Amino acid sequence: MKVLVAVKRVIDYNVKIRVKADNSDVDLTNVKMAMNPFCEIAVEEAVRLKEKGVATEVVAVTVGPKAAQEQLRTALALGADRAIHVESDERVESLGAAKALAKLVEDEQPGLVILGKQAIDTDNNQAGQMLAALTGLPQATFASEVNVSGDGGDGKVQVTREIDGGLQTLELALPAIVTTDLRLNEPRYAKLPDIMKAKKKPLDVKTPADLGVEVASRVKLLRVEPPAERQGGIKVGSVDELVDKLKNEAKVL
Amino acid sequence: MSILVLAEHQDGALAGATAHVVAAAKAIGGDIDVLVAGEGVAAVAEAAAGLDGVGKVRVADNAAYAHQLAEPMAALIAELADDYGHVLAAASTSGKNVLPRVAALKDVAQISEIIAVESPDTFKRPIYAGNAIATVQSEDALKVITVRTTGFDAVGEGGSAGVEAIDFVADNSQSTFIKEELAESDRPELGAAKVVVSGGRGMGNGENFKLLDGIADKLGAAVGASRAAVDAGFVPNDMQVGQTGKIVAPELYIAVGISGAIQHLAGMKDSKVIVAINKDEEAPIFQVADYGLVADLFDALPELEQKL
Ligand SMILES: Cc1cc2nc3c(=O)[nH]c(=O)nc-3n(C[C@H](O)[C@H](O)[C@H](O)COP(=O)(O)OP(=O)(O)OC[C@H]3O[C@@H](n4cnc5c(N)ncnc54)[C@H](O)[C@@H]3O)c2cc1C
Ligand SMILES: Nc1ncnc2c1ncn2[C@@H]1O[C@H](COP(=O)(O)O)[C@@H](O)[C@H]1O
Repeated sequence: MKVLVAVKRVIDYNVKIRVKADNSDVDLTNVKMAMNPFCEIAVEEAVRLKEKGVATEVVAVTVGPKAAQEQLRTALALGADRAIHVESDERVESLGAAKALAKLVEDEQPGLVILGKQAIDTDNNQAGQMLAALTGLPQATFASEVNVSGDGGDGKVQVTREIDGGLQTLELALPAIVTTDLRLNEPRYAKLPDIMKAKKKPLDVKTPADLGVEVASRVKLLRVEPPAERQGGIKVGSVDELVDKLKNEAKVL
Repeated sequence: MSILVLAEHQDGALAGATAHVVAAAKAIGGDIDVLVAGEGVAAVAEAAAGLDGVGKVRVADNAAYAHQLAEPMAALIAELADDYGHVLAAASTSGKNVLPRVAALKDVAQISEIIAVESPDTFKRPIYAGNAIATVQSEDALKVITVRTTGFDAVGEGGSAGVEAIDFVADNSQSTFIKEELAESDRPELGAAKVVVSGGRGMGNGENFKLLDGIADKLGAAVGASRAAVDAGFVPNDMQVGQTGKIVAPELYIAVGISGAIQHLAGMKDSKVIVAINKDEEAPIFQVADYGLVADLFDALPELEQKL
């Protein structure tokens, strides 16, 4: 079974972002970029499936600018076998990415597609569900455990999902779409020899036009502002003082 | 233009989130229908009909919609969507699971987690873990939107909408419900509680969360946690507050043994009053706390419980 993993290049999750002075967007000049953390988990899960002998090939895919090839190389270093870059300099959001991915699913016929549950830049949390709709495949979002059984026509995947009330387990017929939550696994770090090897692994470049899809976002970004800053408060010296302030100053007790 | 609101419900009861989503629908303006889909949901429909501002409740009561699996739910909503200009749901795990699937079936974008309505096609939403607020405009004829419930005050009751049955049944052979392990708790729901007491990695282990329970009991509070506490196995995932967990905005949020990573702040910094108890006076949580107490939590919590 082939596994397709979608990875997105985003701002490093540790970086504190700045809004541009003209309020047109967030300022990404000279900011450290990385693979979206949920995508790292997706790659790790795919690679583990290969190590277990469930997956035969892991293909990493990204939709984005030239620089996003860095993240594909990271996926290759982590164990993906080959990569596909759908190159676009437009502002691609979830629907556009899902359309490109849907075309690749049609071409590649994977048994399983793994995506992150959410990209930490737009915080959209949409692409996996959209891909499932566009391909007509079943979906299991927010996975904290994935177990594949069987292959081919009667293959199934059981997925435990993190939901608001606790955990839910579903069984999907393969092929299926899964999105990852944080607890699914702990991604490994790429080792230097693997990083070297990754440079020689195949990386195909396509354009949205090659795939016959339109990826530009249909949601206009009118303005971006910093959030209302909270005024830092005070330090209290004791539990007594805390209780007193909460009762008499904040009046929340 | 009419608006369809997807009702959120559990165990045969309407969830509080729905009244917030109806409030967002009112801010957009237009006739508001609520869709209740599930199995054995008559009581949910009745409760939805009582929400202020609701014009009609449409009920799809069928085993096909039990457990609200994404495939049949999205098929149902997509079937109804042509009658509407907007489809709204709470940005809960259920709304987030179903709505993007609807959007893609209708070939439109989704606008996730709006916190304000500027006009019927323009909305505000947090991006980058709430470190920026984007104003976005949808160019699609159908707007598919999830609503951050903390952004809109719940509508009241007193409505008396009509209830009508929908007989469309989506068939689904692709996904099967196996089981659910839901946390049992007598405490208020995290998203709705007036007071939230949360513990982080500093709690040390799950057993020590009892120290928070004592305080939560006295304050009628919900108990939350940081992701680190969830990952360490101290507490279950449904307690996680943050960018990728639950978003809360209570009157009072007490963060104990939590450092204040941006991903945690994203979930609680709109709380009215924030208290932080941490032994590290440099912890970033103090930058957002109204009242900070630099102390060892194992000393401070028992004392606090006693003095409340
Ligand atoms: C993609 C992504 C998404 C994430 N989403 C979330 C999310 O939704 N929610 C979330 O919370 N995190 C999230 N995180 C994790 C986040 O980055 C932090 O790692 C996490 O919030 C840290 O939790 P913590 O504050 O409990 O632990 P730590 O950062 O380890 O802090 C523990 C604190 O406890 C204090 N302490 C220790 N012992 C005591 C004591 N005896 N008395 C008093 N204080 C004590 C310490 O001084 C320290 O400040 C996410 C991370 C990623 C990468
Ligand atoms: N441009 C993209 N290229 C590749 N994968 C993407 C892209 N955008 C989103 N994804 C995938 O979809 C997941 C969820 O993203 P989103 O729904 O946009 O928040 C990400 O973690 C990726 O796995």
